[in-house]
Amino acid sequence: MSLVSPMAEAGAASVAPAFDRRRAKKKAAWRRRRIVLAFMSPWILGFSIFFGYPLVMSAYLSLTHYDLLSPARWVGLGNYRYLFGTDSQVWPAVRNTLWMIGVFVPLNVLFAFGIALMLARARTGSGFFRTAFYLPALAPPVAATLGFVYLLNPATGPVNSALEYIGIEGPLWFNSPTWSKPSLVLLGLWGVGSVMIIFLAAVLDVPRHLYESAELDGCGPLRRLRWVTLPSISPVILFAVVIGVIQGLQYFTQAYVAGNIAQGEASQAGDTSGLNLGYPEDSTLFYPVLLYQHGFRYFNMGYASAMAMLLLAVAFAVTLVIILNSRRFVHYQGAVR
Amino acid sequence: MKRGAMFLTVLALVFAAGAGGVKFQGSAEASAQATTITVWLPFGGRELGVMKRTIAEYDNKNSNVKIKVAGDISTTKIVAAIRAGNAPDLAMDFESANIGTYCSSGAWSDLGPYLKKDKVDVNIFPSAARYYTQYKGKRCAMPLLADVAGLYYNKKMFKAAGLTRPPRTISELTAYAKKLTKRNKDGSLKVVGFDPFIGWYTNSNDRFIGMFGGKWVDSKGKSILAKDPAWAKMLRWQKSLVDWYGHNKLVKFHAGEGDEYSSSNGFESGKLAMNLDGEWRVAFIAAEKPGLAYGTAPLPVDDAKPGLYGSSALNGSIAGIPKNAKHKDQAWALLKYLTTQDHPLAQLSNGLRNVPTTKSSLASPEIKPDKHFSVFLKIYAHPKSSTVPITAAGVQYQDLFTSFVTKWQAGHAKDLAGGLKKVDKQIDAQLKQAGGGVP
Repeated sequence: MSLVSPMAEAGAASVAPAFDRRRAKKKAAWRRRRIVLAFMSPWILGFSIFFGYPLVMSAYLSLTHYDLLSPARWVGLGNYRYLFGTDSQVWPAVRNTLWMIGVFVPLNVLFAFGIALMLARARTGSGFFRTAFYLPALAPPVAATLGFVYLLNPATGPVNSALEYIGIEGPLWFNSPTWSKPSLVLLGLWGVGSVMIIFLAAVLDVPRHLYESAELDGCGPLRRLRWVTLPSISPVILFAVVIGVIQGLQYFTQAYVAGNIAQGEASQAGDTSGLNLGYPEDSTLFYPVLLYQHGFRYFNMGYASAMAMLLLAVAFAVTLVIILNSRRFVHYQGAVR
Repeated sequence: MKRGAMFLTVLALVFAAGAGGVKFQGSAEASAQATTITVWLPFGGRELGVMKRTIAEYDNKNSNVKIKVAGDISTTKIVAAIRAGNAPDLAMDFESANIGTYCSSGAWSDLGPYLKKDKVDVNIFPSAARYYTQYKGKRCAMPLLADVAGLYYNKKMFKAAGLTRPPRTISELTAYAKKLTKRNKDGSLKVVGFDPFIGWYTNSNDRFIGMFGGKWVDSKGKSILAKDPAWAKMLRWQKSLVDWYGHNKLVKFHAGEGDEYSSSNGFESGKLAMNLDGEWRVAFIAAEKPGLAYGTAPLPVDDAKPGLYGSSALNGSIAGIPKNAKHKDQAWALLKYLTTQDHPLAQLSNGLRNVPTTKSSLASPEIKPDKHFSVFLKIYAHPKSSTVPITAAGVQYQDLFTSFVTKWQAGHAKDLAGGLKKVDKQIDAQLKQAGGGVP
């Protein structure tokens, strides 16, 4: 919509000299910019205060020694040298994080897509099943984790009791370095609802006529899935992968809660002497958990900031790689290329 | 206009309600000038109640102050509050290792001038307590109660096994532990004689190494876990006992245990025949399982070092005044009262069954005699009882070591000597890094 009325514009054009017209246009453009800026200002303010400023500060602090309490002291690249060269906990934490991304993200997409496919086909009770599959996504992460630690308790949990009933000795779940990450994956898959609902919308949105044409061409269900459904929902798959990877890189709450509860801590807030983040045996020591440990347990905020900068760089790079490569397999409906 | 009038009315009512609240809390006259000071404590539940009662006694005697106490406060919360400028007037931390952080950063005020002005001689505290309340000569905390570890043993189970006295050496402890352990038909653990698993309940590196007399650092502050043979000896013994139970069987046993600070605690519920625990358990048992027939004794020690018997690693709670506290003088008066006077220390010790921290209060007639608790008073006063090194990095070095130990006791770290060397290197690098130096 033009902000200058067409009548006025026409009148001005017939009498005013060329520069006046230009001036009027310029003025209108400025007015438009001001309005746009005014509408955007809440977001610009929020972005600068809550994202831009912390980002710049964190970049600066990563080059300092800063304990939160005394003024930051410049150490140049010292924190980065320690991060890449000396800290023996970084690489196990990176490995754990990569494991989580490598295993959880594909499973999450597969489960969300699978459930969405089934729900799209459900003829009766679809409302009930949609709600049932979506509901866990509403559970707060801490509560859900507590629930899972209880369910998977190797001694008293109902899951192992049921397994025992049928003659299987259940694993130690959150108390075993081999099973702790798979247990977290189970917890994540239980809460697959929010991604599932996006997949469901995408699956339901695939034009019927495409299926009909494919069917006329003699495509069976599997080929229809491969050549119609998958290409049509590929933008959603891309979205789920990118979001999954970013969330995987920032994986913290569930690991922190599960580790503490499974080792029997968290009974007295002030008593953290026996706290062992990453329990058991550093198997849940994800990169953000280590970052938290340095920042908020050792108050080594300069180093934690360096870790955060590396995380940002990796998240940015991985997302970029995925999006650049996605052009080969993501199909946008109606897109002209 | 109408809205404005309504707003003013509401505002007036709010102020009136606020003023009323203040008035009802103390005597009308006193509250007019009383300064409100806030105290943050790490205690929760029953223990917080004991602290509150002792502080209330001071509050009632001193009309110039009104004290607000908050419990369940962690180190992170204290640091965040100091940083945000809304720190309490007095803060207490369970973890004395944090003194390095509080002192080196200036987060807690230097108490030197106060001590000098009021002529408080810090020699009223034993040397360990003097050590963990200062950092590089700057005293920014006072010791407020201490914790030592001892051995709790179930008398009924001892009798049934034909044992007449608590074990004094590691080999005795091992033999007793095996004798007292009971397994279910499926091989799972029913009663554990002595649980050697580090990282579970109160079992920690510092308490275990106390039994072997090992040192964390040399005179230059370098980590010596590989050099001091006590560490390898302790870890080999501890692992052999873990293996005897079966690592996974112990883990499963732990998962079925109740919360450490509840009445379903393993020792209180009769699932542990002997247990390493702090002196506070005496009060927990009195409150939760008064009928339990048990005894307390010093922790058994390395057979080759019998002179250590009677000592323990000790860990004190520290209290200080944040740098941006609003009422430092009043906070100091309360801090001085709580930490240097026998009466409040005895009251706290009676309620919490924590060790009082002045030399004179250890013998205070006000301390309720208790045969279980008196053992811990002796452990605290033992000349070989010591505390962990204080560093600018707080508890970092202990966390690094725990990380290695959890793998070792699970059998996932085969090379003990090599592993300890690696941890030494890592601790040294981390201490340097935490101090702002480039390793």
